[in-house]
This record gives sequence, structure tokens and C-alpha cells, in this order.
Amino acid sequence: MKKIIWSTISILLACILLGYGAVKLNKPTTQTKRQNLIIYNWGDYLDPKLIKEFENKTGYHVVYETFDSNEAMYTKIKQGGTAYDLTIPSEYMVSKMKKANLVEPIDTKKISNFKYIDSNFLHQSFDPDNKYSIPYFWGTLGIVYNDKFVKKGSITNWNDLWKKQYHNKILLVDSARDIMGMSLASMGYSMNTTNSLRLHLAQTKLDGLGDNIKAIISDEMKMYMTQNEAAIGVTWSGEAHEMMENNSHLYYVVPNPSSNLWIDNFVIPKTAKNKKAAYEFINFMLEPKNAARNAEYVGYATPNWAAKKLLPKKVQNNKGFYPPDSTIKGLQVYRDLGSKVTQEYNDLFLEFKMYAH
Amino acid sequence: MNNKKARAFFMIPYLTWIILFVILPILLILWYSLTDSNNHFTLNNFVTFFRNGTFLRMMLNSFWYAFLITLVTLLVSYPAAYFLTKVKNQQIWLLLIILPTWINLLLKAYAFIGILGNNGLVNKFLQLFGIGPVNILFTDFAFMFVATYIEIPFMILPIYNAIKEINPAVIQASEDLGASKWQTFRYVLWPLSWPGVESGIQAIFIPSLSLFMLTRLIGGNRVITLGTAIEEYFMTTMNWNMGATIGVVLIVLMIIVMLVTGRRQKRKKVNL
Repeated sequence: MKKIIWSTISILLACILLGYGAVKLNKPTTQTKRQNLIIYNWGDYLDPKLIKEFENKTGYHVVYETFDSNEAMYTKIKQGGTAYDLTIPSEYMVSKMKKANLVEPIDTKKISNFKYIDSNFLHQSFDPDNKYSIPYFWGTLGIVYNDKFVKKGSITNWNDLWKKQYHNKILLVDSARDIMGMSLASMGYSMNTTNSLRLHLAQTKLDGLGDNIKAIISDEMKMYMTQNEAAIGVTWSGEAHEMMENNSHLYYVVPNPSSNLWIDNFVIPKTAKNKKAAYEFINFMLEPKNAARNAEYVGYATPNWAAKKLLPKKVQNNKGFYPPDSTIKGLQVYRDLGSKVTQEYNDLFLEFKMYAH
Repeated sequence: MNNKKARAFFMIPYLTWIILFVILPILLILWYSLTDSNNHFTLNNFVTFFRNGTFLRMMLNSFWYAFLITLVTLLVSYPAAYFLTKVKNQQIWLLLIILPTWINLLLKAYAFIGILGNNGLVNKFLQLFGIGPVNILFTDFAFMFVATYIEIPFMILPIYNAIKEINPAVIQASEDLGASKWQTFRYVLWPLSWPGVESGIQAIFIPSLSLFMLTRLIGGNRVITLGTAIEEYFMTTMNWNMGATIGVVLIVLMIIVMLVTGRRQKRKKVNL
């Protein structure tokens, strides 16, 4: 009996000591009197060197935490108990957070570098006066294909995917809004439609794609496309950019007649404790030099026109990533459709996945 | 008295654990499944579940795949476990079987992606015989194969232990009394090893009902089970009430499976 008690006590003591050590090791710098800036961002979505520079320049201590979906971020901020000063939701999430009263207004007059933002990305429906959000990166939904299996230039329209020759060749990204949207766009309907009949039509059309689909996956698509495992993938421009860096046979197109334009934005959540630092950080990141460096690191398209000019010519002229203004005008930004319609999109998509083969 | 007190004292960590991490979560799931998004009591979630063909089909799908996985695993594992009790160096063989379970499930799944892919080992091997790249990944076969591979150790071990416990004299007696090999297996070996088979089935069938990582990585989301739906309802649409409802249905299914397998064991014991 004594033995058991002693060994239990010694194990507990060891655990406490190790735990204490781990905590100690984790925050070696917060003991100083510097103020914290807590950033909540997507994983690998900011050049860490810029954070270091910002710290050296301003003296703030930056705490960087990451999330992997808009929904996860939303839940965490809504539940409270956090003190994030800055976060980066996508456009539909900005309007959702706005409705839930989770974001602070941003005074763009206090951000001198705001003038560098391309007007194509301002005054969008999710935040008409940019009172709450400032564009950070943007991109499109499109098709990436491998010229080993598909003739270069033969895919220009969503409807090309339905051709018989692509039997069992297509990978789709596992996202209800995007794939339902793709089907809607291919028929010329709005990607924000709330019309139940059109949604059902879109699902029926997707069912017709069934035989061409090889798999419906998420992050793994990068690996498969890079390794020539599949001929065609439907995914976002930034993902495609990463694939193409590792495989020169890949090409990215934004198909006709229309596609999605997504914009990730800086917002200051209601939980913010250090708004001043958040403003300074946004301004620092909008500095053309820094924005260009960040864009090169992350690989997505920057809404900062001055920064775009600093990028290598090859990137600037790549129509897949920086489509001409005429194309951008025709792209559609997702709106928050409310939980009922969102549920309908997801239910129809789930049904499609069930009957896909 | 003192002894009783001490016993109660040692129960505290266990009870706290059970209450915090088993009972409370289940109650929470129940609560969510019986309310709507405005926290009003409703049975609508269950009505939707049983009226909607998609969910029912998903449930059948889950059941069917879990059944197939369990069956194939059993067919492979039983003979393996039997021969394992007969070989020399059993400890080394056992170690070899347990070894893969030390590796993270996700890593094993990724390894299989490499093996089954178009440029993978299997297709390289087939090409030696002039068979062009065969599409193996993202098929039902691939999903079944990998799921079975992953579950096999959990089936072999309990069966091995059960067979090991059978007194060899019983088998010899059965042979001495003129039973054929099949009869020995059917009336002696199988019933006596049933407890092992049962815990193997429970250890495999129940988790297989809600597999969702493999269905995506290896099945390419072409195999949809209730696990996929739960993930989607909690993570994408944030409709926790419906997600919890599916969870409750899954829990009930699991309880039924445990009751059914448990009952059979009793009957077999009476037969002996």
C-alpha cells in the first residue's frame, strides 16, 4: 500500500515539475513589460520574418495563433475567453461576424497605407463602406490541369469538365459552397442563389458529373496533382499556385462564364485589447514593400496595387493569378446566405457525394 | 470502516473522469439533439433523420461497410490467431503483429496513398506484367483493404488469447472421441474461443461505423458514412443540433451491437 502511494506521489510530482518546465519554456519573453499583439490567422498565411521586423520596429510582442477554417475561428471568438486583436476571415464570414456583432469598426483614415488597396476589392457587398474590414489577400476558384493528360488550352469553360473524355480524371475540392457554386455558374446562375429550384438543378447537374470524378478531397489534392496522380483539379488559385511551383506541367485557369472571387480580410474582433497595435500592424502589412514580400511568401494574390508592381514580372503577368480587370468584374463574391440556405447547399452537396458513384 | 473510506477515496479520480469525460458529454449530445437552434425542446431533428432518405442510406452504408470490414478481418484473423498459438517464438510473432499499431493511423493512411497510387508500388509491380496503371486508390476495394489492414491486430490479439486459454486436452478429447476436424472446430474450438471473437468484433465493428478519416483519404469521399455527416454538421454548417442527433443514433446503434453480440455469448455458454 505504502509503495503505491509513494509511487503515485512521485509520478504526480514529476508531472507537475515537467508541466511547470514546459510552461516556463513556452513564454520566455512575456516577462518583459512589452505590450502584446495577439493575431489569429490561417496557418502559414503570413511571412514570419515580417512579424520579427514589426516587433523590432515597434516594440510590441506578437503572439501568433492559427486556425484552419472560418467556422472554427468564428466559434472560438464567439465563445469568448480569448483576447485576439486581429483576425483574418473570408468575405462571407465578415458579414456573419458583423451580424453577430463580433467586429469593431475600423477607421481607415488612421491607416495611411490604405490608399494602396486596389478599388476592385473595396466596397464589396459584404462590407460596402469598408467600415469593418480591409482586404488582405484574394483569389479565385478555378481549374488546374496537367498538360500530360489534357491538351493545353482545351479547358476554358466549366462545362468542359462534363466531357466524356475526362472519365475518372477529376478531383474536386471538398467544399459545398464552391462545388455547388461551380455547378450554378456553369449554368449561368448566380453563385449566391437562394432559389431552391436552381439549387436542385445544380445538384442534378453535378450528379451527371459523377463518372468523371475521381475523388472529393481537401488538402491532399496538392499532393495528388503534384505527383501527376490526377489530370484535373477544381480548387482555389492559391492552392494551385503551390502545386504549380512543384510541377511545371500544371496550368491554372479561371473558367467561363463566371467564377468565385474570394477575399480574406483584416478585421478587429470585439475581443481586442490592443486596438492601437492592431492598427499599426495593418498599416505595416499594407506597406507596399512588406505586402509584396508577404505575397511572395504566401503565394496568393495581393489586393495592394503598389505591391503588385514590385512582384516579379512573371507573376504579375500570370493571367491565372492576376486576371485582367474585365475578368475580375465578372467574378462573384460569396454572400452570407443565412443558416437555412447554407444548410440547403450542404445537404444537397452531401447527397451528391453519396450518390456520386 | 477505514478500508471503506480509503476505497471511496480511490474511486474519486475514476468517478470524476467518468462523469466529466463520458457522462457529461453524452448528456450534452442528448441535449443538443433534443433542442433546436433557439434552445427549444423539439423532436424534429429525429423526425428529419428518419424521414430523410439520405440519412437512412448513410446509416445503411455505415452498417454495410462496418459489417464487411469486420467480416473480412475475422476471416483473416481467426486462422492467423490459431496458427499463432501453434508456432515457436510466439512472442516475436506477436510483437510483429502489434508493431504497426504503434504507428499513427494518419501516417499509415498516407503510406497507403503512396503504395496504391498511379505511380505506387502496386502499379509498378503490375507494369512488370504489362498491365497498365490500374486505378486502385479511391475505390471501395482500397478502402476495405486499408481498413482491414488497420483493424487486423485488434482482432488477432483477443482471439489469440482466447484460443491460448483453451486446454489442449479438450481438443485431444474431441479427436479421441471421433470428431472430425470440422466438428472439433465447430463444437469445441469455436464456442470456446467465442469470447475472444466477440471482443474482437466489438473492437472493430463499433469504431468502423464512424470511420471518416479513411473514407476521405483512401476512399476519396466516395464512401460516405455517418462519421462524414457528423463532421460536416459540426465543422461546416455548424448545425450542432443535427450533428448531435446523428451522434445519438450512432450511440444507440453501438449499444444494440453490443447487446446482440453479448447475448449470443450467454447462449453459447448454456449450450456447452
